[in-house]
Amino acid sequence: MGSEINRRNLVKRSAALGLVALPSAGLLSACASSGGDDNSSSNSSSATPTATSADNPLGVDPAKPLDVLIFKGGFGDDYAKRFEGLYSKKYPNAKVSHNATQNITGLLQPRLNGGTPPDVVDDSGNAQIKLDVLQKAGQLTDLTPLLDAPSLDDPSKKVRDTLMPGTVELGTIGGQFVTLQYVYTVFGLWYSNKLFKQHGWTAPKTWADFISLGGEIKKAGISPFAHQGKYPYYINVAIVDLAVKHGGIDWLTRLDNADETVWDDDAAKQAINAIYEIVSKNYLLPGTNGMTHIESQTAWNQYKAAFIPCGAWLENEQLKATPSDFEMTFMPMPSLPGDKLPFEAIRGGANEPFIVPKKAANVAGGLEFMRYMLSKSGATAFAQSANSLSVLKDGIGPDVQLRPGTKSTVTALTAAGTNVFNPTYLQAFSSLDVDMGNASSELMANRIKPDEWLKRTKAATVKAKKNA
Amino acid sequence: MRNSKYPFIVGFLIVPVGLYALLVLWPYIQTFGYSFTNWSGESQKFDIIGFKNYTTLFSDDVFRKALWHNVLLLIFLPVITILLALFFAFLLNVGGRGGTGGVTGVRGSAFYRVVFFFPQVLSVAILAVLFEAVYRSDSAGLLNGVLVKLGLEDKNNPIEWLNDPNLVLWCILAILVWSGVGFYLVLFSAAMQSIPKDIYEAALLDGAGRGQTFFKVTMPLLWDSIQTAWVYLAIAAMDAFALVSSLTPGVAYGGGPDYHSEVLSTYLMRNFLYSGKSGYACAMGVVILFLTLILSIVTLRVTRRERIEF
Repeated sequence: MGSEINRRNLVKRSAALGLVALPSAGLLSACASSGGDDNSSSNSSSATPTATSADNPLGVDPAKPLDVLIFKGGFGDDYAKRFEGLYSKKYPNAKVSHNATQNITGLLQPRLNGGTPPDVVDDSGNAQIKLDVLQKAGQLTDLTPLLDAPSLDDPSKKVRDTLMPGTVELGTIGGQFVTLQYVYTVFGLWYSNKLFKQHGWTAPKTWADFISLGGEIKKAGISPFAHQGKYPYYINVAIVDLAVKHGGIDWLTRLDNADETVWDDDAAKQAINAIYEIVSKNYLLPGTNGMTHIESQTAWNQYKAAFIPCGAWLENEQLKATPSDFEMTFMPMPSLPGDKLPFEAIRGGANEPFIVPKKAANVAGGLEFMRYMLSKSGATAFAQSANSLSVLKDGIGPDVQLRPGTKSTVTALTAAGTNVFNPTYLQAFSSLDVDMGNASSELMANRIKPDEWLKRTKAATVKAKKNA
Repeated sequence: MRNSKYPFIVGFLIVPVGLYALLVLWPYIQTFGYSFTNWSGESQKFDIIGFKNYTTLFSDDVFRKALWHNVLLLIFLPVITILLALFFAFLLNVGGRGGTGGVTGVRGSAFYRVVFFFPQVLSVAILAVLFEAVYRSDSAGLLNGVLVKLGLEDKNNPIEWLNDPNLVLWCILAILVWSGVGFYLVLFSAAMQSIPKDIYEAALLDGAGRGQTFFKVTMPLLWDSIQTAWVYLAIAAMDAFALVSSLTPGVAYGGGPDYHSEVLSTYLMRNFLYSGKSGYACAMGVVILFLTLILSIVTLRVTRRERIEF
């Protein structure tokens, strides 16, 4: 029986094989940061480049698949599916894959490190990977070719010339235009026009009016002010906006450069004292400091509070909770005495950063996808599915019906004219927002006073500058 | 044949050990490596910076605060959970005093066992949603609602449980205890059932009350299980990530208000993913690894006692 296969030997041999093979395979594949090779700056050019033409200015390979990763937050992800539809119509042979998540970091980080990122990413939400971090790590494609490509609606115009002012500046990090901040948002206070009409209140233009109206609102048994206390981002924006309107654009420029002396200025002092007045006068919705954005905004929808600070995504986010006769209305932050900017001035600008990772397999496809986003059909699709405006100038035809809140932001934006500002420190100094947020939570809970807030925020600015 | 025994054993072990090495040991080794770099976490570029991350760590106030919070959890979580679990297990198994004179649990113990185990079945995600409603900061929350209804609290001045620097950590601890007791109750119950009834009967005949039976009979005979529970709970106390990051306020991964609920794992995650300081976060990971390791060894050493055979 010598020729019979000896089972035990077989097991032993395969085991010996495994002994050699397994660990080395592990060593090769497991290292988290060994995925790509650092010297090749971009994969897009390494493949055979498709010739560019008038019809295809970015040189898209029509058969190459396109991989899209979308943050599914306040805007949902239906709009992205419509963009993908536009892309597929033009390139029917390209397989478009759609991924949507609330946790961008969780899906994106491993793929970045592995060297196989998606082609277009909406890097947004609470779990976004910070853009300054990505740019420093050299993970972002320069989107300038997109700006210089002809617009889909009017080939005689460049995409660059169809954008709202400030889009390019805001998307520029470290001297390169690397992010398309697609959604045009304004930030301010929101109220229910129905509630105000019912009580005969008028929206205040100055902080003094705001405070005295607050007294009346309180008498009516309603809390004057709610905010999204669990996430101090919102109240930070309100504080900074008050200060910018008082100190003017110069003050904002200094803040964007992390000049810590801005917090010694009268602008900062007045702004933080004004916000603190809400606390000291007991104008806050009970419990609002501990509420999530949804909890507080829903309480506001239930007429438990009169004002809430938020960006223009509020309407879409609260679509289901808003009563049909609510008449959601936007207003700029009220003026402080001695403001340099008029009442109409608002924080407005693009957000929702779309990026094309540098190591994406289909960089040209990613850029082309953005070109479709920046067409009239793209902007309309976005306005209809996400109830918000995009950075495409006059992107929505008169036939598109807008909801009351969105309509009121359009009115406010027209009234603001050129008095629109948009801080960039959030992108450049992400640690400042974290530290300022902690101080703001303490202030809103009346555990620290304005002086202490200023001191802490100043220290945080110094720290942010040092780490930058 | 004796000599070829080892290749045979190795043949069976190679896959599990290989997977363990690949998925557990290798990441540990990598973390060590990264802890000496300024890796941002978003690319393959980094420089070796030696022990700088570690020196920064020891002067980092937030890190020390987080460490202190873990130490607090480490003290209270095992003690409270084990005591409660022991107490309930005792009542469910031998606490009853039926008229028959036998050793039984309290009436309805089978029902209670299911009820107590129930929280263990819930996933952390559900716990977070559940307790968000329990601790909600206005009178729509369960706790505040009850307090308001009972007239113990002003509706316009509710307790903001998770936004109160003095309460937030204890709120988290309460969830950990609530969800953990059931499991250890079952663990201790199983151990108790293997204790011969004769011992209890003997104790009863000698006139021992419930308290004496518990401390003089049950506890010593359960020591092995308690020791195991202690190690598990200590490791859970070093973590607490999911609850803190989903329930407490703060910009990324909770930890608020103002770091009052920060634990090592949330601080690590914020540095790793949000602030682009992954190298620094890896250094934290290494420190946490050693702390957990030391803790497990110390716990096992300190609680080592002579085993009672039965």
